Amino acid sequence: MMYPELGQFALILALLLAVLLSVVPLVGSVTGRDSLQAFARPLTAGMFVFVAVAFGILTYAFMIDDFSVAYVANNSNSLLPWYYKFSAVWGGHEGSLLLWILMLAGWTLAVAVFSQRLPTVMVSQVLSVLGIVCVGFLLFIVVTSNPFERILPNIPADGADLNPLLQDFGLIIHPPMLYMGYVGFSVAFAFAIAALISGRLDAAWARWSRPWTTVAWAFLTIGVALGSWWAYYELGWGGWWFWDPVENASLLPWLSGTALMHSLAVTEKRGVFKSWTVLLAIVTFALSLLGTFLVRSGVLTSVHAFASDPERGTFLLVLLAITVIGSLILYAIRAPTVHVRARYGSMSREIFLLLNNVMLVSATLLVAVGTLYPLVLDSLDMGKLSIGEPFFNLTFTPLAIAAGLLMGVGIFSRWKKTDAGWLARKLLWPLALSILISAAAIVGYGEFKMMAFLGIFTAVWVAVATCWDLLDKSNSRKGRMHGLKRQSRSYYGMVLGHLGLAMTIAGATVVSNYGIERDVRMEQGDVATVGDYQFVFTDIGQRQGANFTAQYGGFDVLLDGRKVAELHPEKRQYSAGMSVMTEADIDAGFTRDIFVAIGERISDNAWAIRLQYKPLIRWLWLGAFIMALGGFLAVSDKRYRIRERATEPKAKPADSGSLVANPVMASVTTPVITSEARS
Amino acid sequence: MHPIRKKRLTIVLFLLAGLAVAVGLTTYALRQNINLFYDPTQIAAGEAPADVRIRAGGMVEEGSVLRDTESLKVAFKVTDFTESVTVEYVGILPDLFAEGQGIVAMGRLNSEGVFVADQVLAKHDENYMPPEVADALAKASESRDIAAEATKTLAN
Repeated sequence: MMYPELGQFALILALLLAVLLSVVPLVGSVTGRDSLQAFARPLTAGMFVFVAVAFGILTYAFMIDDFSVAYVANNSNSLLPWYYKFSAVWGGHEGSLLLWILMLAGWTLAVAVFSQRLPTVMVSQVLSVLGIVCVGFLLFIVVTSNPFERILPNIPADGADLNPLLQDFGLIIHPPMLYMGYVGFSVAFAFAIAALISGRLDAAWARWSRPWTTVAWAFLTIGVALGSWWAYYELGWGGWWFWDPVENASLLPWLSGTALMHSLAVTEKRGVFKSWTVLLAIVTFALSLLGTFLVRSGVLTSVHAFASDPERGTFLLVLLAITVIGSLILYAIRAPTVHVRARYGSMSREIFLLLNNVMLVSATLLVAVGTLYPLVLDSLDMGKLSIGEPFFNLTFTPLAIAAGLLMGVGIFSRWKKTDAGWLARKLLWPLALSILISAAAIVGYGEFKMMAFLGIFTAVWVAVATCWDLLDKSNSRKGRMHGLKRQSRSYYGMVLGHLGLAMTIAGATVVSNYGIERDVRMEQGDVATVGDYQFVFTDIGQRQGANFTAQYGGFDVLLDGRKVAELHPEKRQYSAGMSVMTEADIDAGFTRDIFVAIGERISDNAWAIRLQYKPLIRWLWLGAFIMALGGFLAVSDKRYRIRERATEPKAKPADSGSLVANPVMASVTTPVITSEARS
Repeated sequence: MHPIRKKRLTIVLFLLAGLAVAVGLTTYALRQNINLFYDPTQIAAGEAPADVRIRAGGMVEEGSVLRDTESLKVAFKVTDFTESVTVEYVGILPDLFAEGQGIVAMGRLNSEGVFVADQVLAKHDENYMPPEVADALAKASESRDIAAEATKTLAN
């Protein structure tokens, strides 16, 4: 069977098309030759098809257990259920890189398809920039990480198995979501670079890159949340954020991406902060690349770091350096030519969004320092050290609280100029209501802690301000329902985003302050108390799974003498690789989780058991999903769709099937969009 | 001064002050939370400070794990095959903790030279060796080689 070689061949073809894509339309746009620009969309489509073929072939190799392919042999096993065989495609370095490239090609294709109303020059340049990024990654996979390498002629009888930690539902979707986010920011980056090249940094540019950024951000939000959720139940010990460098690597682009999203809004609505927005777009994509570098280069050792191959690390580092240095040089040349005419007062929505950006960027810097400092010292041979969780908790928490408090005020502020006295009067009632609710919550949880109060107050404050504003805006003479219907989807998107954030803050605060964790020694029949709950160790036994044997325990959980849950945590011994896994059992609830995990055996009939009560922990992830939902809702707003419908007939040239928008349409649409955005 | 310039100057000064505060706080927080790594040889030589949170690591010595059957207390020795340090820990050990495995522990040295750990890390992969431990072992074996050379030279 020759098909794996076809996969590699497809990748090489995709690389060639990507090289053409990165040169031809760009040259066409600079020299003004439409015939060259017309290649942009077909080249994109071709590149996507070949990457998809390669991905399909690798998936096929996994499905039929073709262990002659080294990557399959290293990451799969004939005993694996089919869905884990499928997710094992991105369970290792080469495959996850291929997934990354598939998404990059997919985003590029999406830009090609959904850009009918954009000026041709802009489309050509954006696609070319994305083409350059594709070249970088395709070159990386073809040169250093070929997923189709074979073990011939001694084909192994069976595969080495997928790391048991990764045999999990969370892992089937976590990497694709995360990558959708990471890679999605490449579109915002491409728009920024194209705008710098053409020198057209206007409100229209911001309007075009806004939906792309929002979608990428929403995916990244889901990806980060899934990672946290997965760590919570699969790593076995009930933590939800460890400030591990790998987690931080995904948080960094999220923080700067959030800043970018807000700064883009200001640029679109008011035409200010242009250079700052462009810089943020560059930084966010660079941080996505940095994340990939950290996770994939073997600099860090974790469940994500599959291979420590110095060649790969160097390649990624060079890629990162080219991106950063190249775009910053372009920025330095072009950004000073940007002129801003709009004015805003020192008390205005612009200022509050600027402060939001300052907070988010500070948080990004802080996390970056804590993550990179030990790595830099180590690589300079200046000693080995680690920066612990307390550093992040100590510095990140106040920033998050400050950002949340400011946000509540910012929601009520107006563009251009807000009267300070008016704002203060406006805030009075929401403030009083928030204090009341948070005080009630603290009383409900029983114990006063300063940090808990601050965190809960921040969450409540954000939620109350958001709802208050919604009520203000929907006030209508024709009745509340009419007013609510009149609000745009992008406004509801923002409302959901902010409510989701409030939920996440509330969840994080409550679980960190009022969660209970106990490690106890238990024998069968023992009872342990955690908070109001009693845990009875009823049973211990063995069972056989598909590719593991498990020691399981039985626990009855009692509240006020009534049984509320029966939990069966396991300790699994996987047959391939002889690895041990702790499978916690969790009784999940909207207001609390109850968590039991089995530790090691202490004596013949005694076990170390971890018992946990985790109040409101679900809110953490639920909030993140609501945030992401808000992002998707905002993108589905009418203003992005109507224009599409209005210009669609014009976008179809009568003479050919070519999808390239004609220059007449471009020159007509641009001023329309620009003037509308400024109005 | 021109009023616009004056306004800008105020903004810049304001930003600089904010930045200075931020940098100051960050460095302070960093200083409090940096955990240096010491290998067993360094600890035995008294190079590691007592009662400061540090990281220590090495291989868990064969046959050194002592478990209290009535509680979650456990004691074991980590070694770089030159020196070893006793580690005490109360709690659940990670899945991959075993004699002969490389581990890293976080905690403090007490006055008797016992390392009281509050966290024990063994990584997800059975072939994995914490990089600090690998380094420490290499260093220890090197110095043993040098010592062996020296004794040989002396004997001759």
